[in-house]
Amino acid sequence: MSRTRVVVTGMGTTSPLGGDVASTWEGLLAGRSGVRALTEEWAEDLPVKIAARVAVEPTEVLERVKARRYDRSTQLAMVAAMEAWRDSGLEGAEIDHDRLGVAMASGIGGVNTLLSNYDSLIEKGPRRVSPLAVPMLMPNAPAANISLYVGARAAVNTPVSACASGNEAISLAVDQIRLGRADVVLAGGTEAAIHPLPMAAFANMMALSKNAGDPTTVSRPWDTGRDGFVLGEGAGVLVLESEEHAKARGARIYAEVLGAGITADSHDIAQPDPAGRGGSRAILRALHESDVDAESIVHVNAHATSTPKGDIAEGLMLHATLGAHASEVVVTSTKSMTGHLLGGAGALEAIATVLALSHRTVPPTINLDDLDPEVDLDIATKPRDLPVGDAAALNNSFGFGGANVAVVFGSV
Amino acid sequence: MATTEEIRADLAEITNEVAGTDTAHVQLDKSFIDDLDVDSLSMVEIVVACEEKFGVTIPDEEVKNLKTVGDAVAYIERAQG
Repeated sequence: MSRTRVVVTGMGTTSPLGGDVASTWEGLLAGRSGVRALTEEWAEDLPVKIAARVAVEPTEVLERVKARRYDRSTQLAMVAAMEAWRDSGLEGAEIDHDRLGVAMASGIGGVNTLLSNYDSLIEKGPRRVSPLAVPMLMPNAPAANISLYVGARAAVNTPVSACASGNEAISLAVDQIRLGRADVVLAGGTEAAIHPLPMAAFANMMALSKNAGDPTTVSRPWDTGRDGFVLGEGAGVLVLESEEHAKARGARIYAEVLGAGITADSHDIAQPDPAGRGGSRAILRALHESDVDAESIVHVNAHATSTPKGDIAEGLMLHATLGAHASEVVVTSTKSMTGHLLGGAGALEAIATVLALSHRTVPPTINLDDLDPEVDLDIATKPRDLPVGDAAALNNSFGFGGANVAVVFGSV
Repeated sequence: MATTEEIRADLAEITNEVAGTDTAHVQLDKSFIDDLDVDSLSMVEIVVACEEKFGVTIPDEEVKNLKTVGDAVAYIERAQG
């Protein structure tokens, strides 16, 4: 049975490396870190005083009145969605809006709005809680506002699976198109959780690095000196479209989304299965759904967040799923530069994966000075060329709650 | 005591801040919803900002009566008494 092919026809991001795809990609290839010391007063009391803020404040890009009605997570999502929509060539095009969908994820939702309104409640009383608080803080606010912006009237979803959310949104969008429920879906993820409460919470659960050295060296996936992730913020959006729809309008096609695999560990609420069994099953399902064998995979954009256990588990997964070929695949963790965007991570990394395939260049993993002896992978520490010809690449995301999502992209 | 014009000017600033309306358009005869592009949630924001700015209380049941800028200015003048 032939199945609907799904292609990527537009991309947009605002990230710690740049306010759009071009500047972000340039930053990734240059091996630039987006991690900085936090200058806010509240950071002084925190055990972790660094994060990866977006390079361009969203309020510099969005209309002021619109921006004040968006939580920061929606502001970032809108910047990314507007670029992706323009990039796809669909802005202003005559399309069936009843068959245009959105799958926009967030790991945490409108936490800045929730907490700033709580501050108003305590300091000034209930009258000062904003009437806009609910439509701003609801987790589906980014998806809903993208729907309003592009006129999407098919399903407008918000998958939530912590740090796997962005990748899950891509998977969900592919399903919507393959099931014939939509022709075009804007898919991705956003996160804006650089606030003292989530930062204290992540630090207290020992997830964040407490390395007090040069902030640009703290996110160091697979290095023996790693001790946790660096919190980042940002958003990524991909315009996914049935190949038929894309070709009919002569769209530029970056890559094909071949398939995805989603599984759960059912092991621990926060710790990954140390053997990576759930993640391995997700990768195998993604390969099966994509109808590609392990040897077709030339590149992996790893989840690798710079945590002691997770980075090792992902290496085990790649060996369990790709076999001997695992040591021939060029692997990278762009989180070494962007920090960890939580619900935005899978989406930003999907963009990096697609660009790596289309430019045949893998961005480096920075700060990898001393490879953990428990990790046996070919990790790019400088930009690395990929072979020409048909190729596929894997984008992994794993989240608290035991969520595992693997997505396979193919070159065109 | 603030004059009618001073209240209108402050209200125009608030309306601009909340809804992006050009302050010059915020005149006494203008309807918030029909003329100034203020939706119901923005209207609540404007009311709360007026309470803070002018030191008055505007009960929820009163808000529906504040259709025009003139209605709001008159209410604030009375409430300031």
